[in-house]
Amino acid sequence: MSAFANILAGGVFHAAVLFLVAAGLQLVFGVQKIVNLACGSFYALGAYFGITFIGYASQYGVSPWLILPGLILSGILLGFIGPPIERLLRTVYSRDGSFQLLLTFALVLMFQDVFKFIWGANPRSLDSAYLIYGTISAGDFSMPVYNLLVILAAIATAAGLGAFLQGTNYGRILRATAENRGMAEALGVDVRRIYSAVFTLGAVLGTTAGALVVPTSAASLDMAIEFVVEAFAVVVIGGLGSMRGALIGAAIVGLIRALSIVFFPEFEVIAIYVIVIGVLIFRPAGLFGRALA
Amino acid sequence: MKGPLAVALLGTVAFALLPYIVPAYYVGLMIPFFGYAIALLGFNLLFGYTGLLSFGHAMFLGIGAYGAAVMTGLGFKSFELMLVVVILASVAIALPIGLLCVRYVGIFFGMLTLAFGMLFHSFLFKFYYVTGGDSGTRVARMKILGLEFAKYNKIEFLAGPFYYYCLGLLIIGGFLMWRIVHSPFGLHLRTIRDNARKAEYLGVHVHRFRLAAFVISAAFGAVGGAILGFRVGLADPELVYWTQSGQLVFMAVLGGFANFFGPIVGALSYILLQDQLQSLTQYWRFVLGAILALIVIAFPQGIAGLAVQLKRLVAGRPA
Repeated sequence: MSAFANILAGGVFHAAVLFLVAAGLQLVFGVQKIVNLACGSFYALGAYFGITFIGYASQYGVSPWLILPGLILSGILLGFIGPPIERLLRTVYSRDGSFQLLLTFALVLMFQDVFKFIWGANPRSLDSAYLIYGTISAGDFSMPVYNLLVILAAIATAAGLGAFLQGTNYGRILRATAENRGMAEALGVDVRRIYSAVFTLGAVLGTTAGALVVPTSAASLDMAIEFVVEAFAVVVIGGLGSMRGALIGAAIVGLIRALSIVFFPEFEVIAIYVIVIGVLIFRPAGLFGRALA
Repeated sequence: MKGPLAVALLGTVAFALLPYIVPAYYVGLMIPFFGYAIALLGFNLLFGYTGLLSFGHAMFLGIGAYGAAVMTGLGFKSFELMLVVVILASVAIALPIGLLCVRYVGIFFGMLTLAFGMLFHSFLFKFYYVTGGDSGTRVARMKILGLEFAKYNKIEFLAGPFYYYCLGLLIIGGFLMWRIVHSPFGLHLRTIRDNARKAEYLGVHVHRFRLAAFVISAAFGAVGGAILGFRVGLADPELVYWTQSGQLVFMAVLGGFANFFGPIVGALSYILLQDQLQSLTQYWRFVLGAILALIVIAFPQGIAGLAVQLKRLVAGRPA
């Protein structure tokens, strides 16, 4: 039974990371109506950069206790890539959605080689410094405290994003822009700046997720293209553009992966796509999405 | 109607003479070109003519390649019989998937096809006792037109008889597709692309026509995939991965999906470009990505569109 709890805990951790990336994807789609295939590349970028950042930090004698805030900081620092990439995407805003999708696919290809150029083709990983936070165990059940902290950080992010979008003035402006771009612009909203800010926030969510996951698993060249399809599954299940959908979708995908590894390893990935297809057929707008006219 | 026929004839003659002009290496390189070109003819019926962007089309390449592997595994050596079987298989698989997908357009169609593609990929990847998992399944050598060509080794066979065989397939496929897009059926598809609601109002069964386009494009994809699998001698899950579907879209856009010959031009340019870049740098993906970005931003008409513009420019100025 406790083995089961271990697996469940692993699933929740995976779901927490998935949520962060999916939330970025949702934000960008919700406001800008762009499906960003490069969100997986942001995630991988965060992972690689996190390793380098922590490497330097420990060289300069920064306490290993600061690994979690350090990783979050490194993810936020990467936000600077948001505005220039958004500037590039701006050239195709008026075009058909497939061109926007293709441009982000071009970014995926380019990022892939940027990682190879800077960090090499071999997977990179951090040592087990993250275990400094200790491990919770009860009987056979054990879980690194680090994982728990990441789960809490993801929950805090979810709550923070919710409060930001629902409660603040800027959040209202974002939602208004998502609802009706033209009207928002007519009322004096600087949509260009909103788009730039939203894309950057979406990128930061992705890079931070990548940075947070890297102590527990290696950064590799494949992680970008592997993760993006999973993040896609999350947003399709949850409903494109919906934050609540990202949360529920991430929980479903994370837990299904964990459970199917125990019960039917062959169906680990298949189960996710079966659910995706089921959702698309019966509720095309996703569990929490609104039907697009 | 003279122009396209001239282009097709010129292309055919050029490709027929190619083995006498260029080194054997480049002749061999044309085999994947033929495979992709045939698959893209089908892909573009969906993308260019019907306006549906499939991001899971590599699935049908996979059906072709794995179909070839299964057929040779069972001891059938006839390439033609195998083509018939993979076409039937792809139609059988595309029918139910298409029924579900054609109800959607735009990004939802793309994501649904992506999901089906990844479903197929994970099936190939995980059920290794059926499919060989990530190491794939072998595709043995086959007879073409009932002839063994035993005196050729595999490379000579590919660059010799098989080259002309594939050229023949591309010509047949191109001719069929030309007839399809210039038939009333093709007109229906374009009407649906331009205004689905109006088409429906005029009495066009939008879903039925989209489904037909989806199934036809699947069959072309399977033929292309069979050529690709046979050339490598292996059917592996990589052929079905979503990045491979992205590559198909890349080729179509590179060549110019608005033009009938665009996808063929795109496949040829992509194959040559990739080959050259790979020999120059290990960072060829970056260059390809940059080229794709440039095309998307600055030349959405692709190479074929540029060529047409150039022709107009030349024709516009009397010499």
